[in-house]
Amino acid sequence: MSEPTDAPRSGGVVGLLPVALSAVLFAWFMTHTPVIAAAGSLRWEMAWVPALNISLSFLLDGLSLTFALLISGIGALVFLYSNTYLGAHPQFHRFVLFLLSFMLAMLGLVLADNLITLFVFWELTTITSYLLIGFGHETTKGRRSALQALFVTGAGALAMLAGFILLGFVAGSFELSVILTQSEMLKAHPLYVPILILILAGTFTKSAQFPFHFWLPNAMAAPTPVSAFLHSATMVKAGVYLMARLHPGLAGTDMWLWTLTIFGAVTAVIASILALRQTDLKQALAYTTLMALGVLTLFLGQESGYAMTAFATFLVVHSLYKAALFLVVGCMDHATGTREADILGGLARVMPVTAIAAALAAMSMAGFPPFLGFIGKELKYAGALGVASEPVLVVGALLLANALMFAVAGVVALRPFWLPAGGDTPRIPHEAPWPMLMGPVILASLGTLFGIYPDLLERTLVAPTVASLLGTIEDSKALTLWAGVNMPLILSIVTVAAGTVFYVIHRPLRAWLARIIDALPNFDRGWDRFLDGFKTFARWQTRIIQTGVLRQYMFANFATVLVGLGGTMVARQVAVTRPDLTDATWQSVALILLIIGGALVATATSSRIAAMAALGVVGIGVAMIFIVFSAPDVAITQLLVETLVVVLVAVALLRLPTLDAGGKRFRPVDAALGLGVGTVVTLTLLAMLELPLDRRVTDYFEVTSWSEAFGRNIVNVILVDFRALDTFGEIAVVVIAALAAYALLRTTQPLGRGKGKDEP
Amino acid sequence: MNSVILRAGTRYLAGLLLLFSLYMLIRGHNEPGGGFIGGLIGSTGFVLFAVACGTADARRALRTSPQNIAVAGLGIALLAGLAAALFGDSFLTGQWLFVGATETTKGLPISTVLVFDIGVYLVVFGSVLTLVFAMEEEI
Repeated sequence: MSEPTDAPRSGGVVGLLPVALSAVLFAWFMTHTPVIAAAGSLRWEMAWVPALNISLSFLLDGLSLTFALLISGIGALVFLYSNTYLGAHPQFHRFVLFLLSFMLAMLGLVLADNLITLFVFWELTTITSYLLIGFGHETTKGRRSALQALFVTGAGALAMLAGFILLGFVAGSFELSVILTQSEMLKAHPLYVPILILILAGTFTKSAQFPFHFWLPNAMAAPTPVSAFLHSATMVKAGVYLMARLHPGLAGTDMWLWTLTIFGAVTAVIASILALRQTDLKQALAYTTLMALGVLTLFLGQESGYAMTAFATFLVVHSLYKAALFLVVGCMDHATGTREADILGGLARVMPVTAIAAALAAMSMAGFPPFLGFIGKELKYAGALGVASEPVLVVGALLLANALMFAVAGVVALRPFWLPAGGDTPRIPHEAPWPMLMGPVILASLGTLFGIYPDLLERTLVAPTVASLLGTIEDSKALTLWAGVNMPLILSIVTVAAGTVFYVIHRPLRAWLARIIDALPNFDRGWDRFLDGFKTFARWQTRIIQTGVLRQYMFANFATVLVGLGGTMVARQVAVTRPDLTDATWQSVALILLIIGGALVATATSSRIAAMAALGVVGIGVAMIFIVFSAPDVAITQLLVETLVVVLVAVALLRLPTLDAGGKRFRPVDAALGLGVGTVVTLTLLAMLELPLDRRVTDYFEVTSWSEAFGRNIVNVILVDFRALDTFGEIAVVVIAALAAYALLRTTQPLGRGKGKDEP
Repeated sequence: MNSVILRAGTRYLAGLLLLFSLYMLIRGHNEPGGGFIGGLIGSTGFVLFAVACGTADARRALRTSPQNIAVAGLGIALLAGLAAALFGDSFLTGQWLFVGATETTKGLPISTVLVFDIGVYLVVFGSVLTLVFAMEEEI
């Protein structure tokens, strides 16, 4: 992706509309903060599919409000940023449409109170993010990354849907607000474990938890504003959001605790190691995002007030500084044409505003006082120390992850701006235009403001979020810059010390890490191998099933009929008595002999014309049977279809070789199959005749076809009135089949096509 | 196929078949017939035309492509179904109007059901012709 150009051009009105829309939404959500801060919640509901208990219901409480504010707020800034960053792109309008659809889907997701509604929005974010990651679709990498993200998150979402349905059945409702009140029952239910596994499959893939983490760094193929929005603040947090949303209902079991703690801790540590290994600044940020997602997951495993406060605070902290840093990296990329950490340097002189925003955001990320990141880190340690079972392990993992993140903050925000350059940049650096600076500056300043006045954030967002997680606002811990000399503070000092060491030695460390990581199994390459294996399998089974020989398809169809019908008759022990033939008239005997004769000729002849004519005899014989039993509509249709088949086959005959060109006059297997199917169908019909004829449906139509549908021809009345929906479906199929056949005939080029066209 | 007798006969036969197909369509509600059968008969008229005079002439006589006719038929059937919404009924509920009805006679019944059947007629007519023309031209 090298979409930024030297001469930035604004995207115009189209680019500014979404800015205004998100700003309005942000303001609208802001007006609700007083209500939510008073631990209230708002709910809207609209029937959607009442028969299935699915409604468009939305819930605004502390948790969803926090997310909604982050989404709409960062959204407004990102739209403003993209307007300049991508304004000159030929497909900018398409981009705006994708990004706006994504934002609205994301808002729907965090506000939904109905599991199915939530799932619909969840999948909408999957699809829109696929389009956004694949925005640079002319590169193989862009397409591959987009598809990878779609497959991984899509597969997880399918598992999640199954989990949702189970959860809905167990709880007797799809409304989250109803489900979450039945915590004890859910946890004791035998289906608890499958529900949890299925839902976590969805959230772990969406939030890129190890071992599904590989798609997120690849998704950086997207334009930078997309990464800033989707892959730091919003979409990847959807998984975290859902775990938080379900926390009151499902948390508290050993399984929940250990699954989330272990996956979260492993993701956090692995991601921070991988982050230090990257030289591309955007990639480094992507891995620190993974680390943050791991930490958030880890905290959601717990139930203590400290852990939940840490979760809520870190959620906001991370969104603020990570979106700011992504946008800063975009500014750098825009200004210099590169994102390589080893080349960039000394940019503070030419890009002072960007440098300051980057510094503020990075210090929040590194966890220095008085930034919000510091408070977040203190709370993280406090929360980790409160972990019931293995505090040492969790604290150790957090300490390592935080120290490594400290080093990455230095790599991203210190080196490129304040230290000498490592090489020449592709472009002469210049300061980014103001619309691109707004985002980083506002977001970074908010991180500082909330650090100095933590009370502001605590009352409006953190405490209500904790309240929606734990049910009571009382458990929320205070956000303070200075809590005295305690264990978290000591751990913070250790973090800074270790982080400084990591930063100083990050180059040799990176080389060393690169060697080790390259030697280890790589999930990204594993994904490729998995896909290749899947394609090989698909090719293999297509070769087996789709032979392209019509006779084999027919064989499979008839064999299925034979086994299905025959098997059922044997299994149910259907007894067939010999039918009473005493009242057979000479007409019916003649008709049947005609049909049998036609069928025999059709099987025996080697001339296609003769076979076709013989089949025509069979068809007309059947039509005559319909006439004998007074079903003129069916008979007419049958006759007309026979006529058309003759025309079609006659046309095709010109191109077909003679029958049995291979010299095989007798096919015992086909003969056996034909006889078998014929016998089984005959037996089935005879068995059906033995049942008393149920005339209820017939009587109903005979009576109502005139009185209710004003028609005497019952067949037609059923077709166009009583069962009109079926007919509508059928004629749709007819049209689709005709168009498909037309397309096939037009695109396939049989041998000597040019010649064929000239012939009459 | 180049037969003078067939070509000359087709002129009358094709027209008769088309007329007959409309007759079958209209009478369908009370007597054997209907949109499906009507469409099949109508299409045989044009199939005959195509066999006798070639598909190029048949396409010209049809004036628009058979695919359009089929899709238009689907659209008409859909509209006939949606029309029920205007009267507050659910999708595809038949709506009837009896023109000039008196105490003893039913008058001339006009209904969305007939419109739906016309849609079916056009779908069958267009689809069969799409197939036959393509087969004749491509093979």
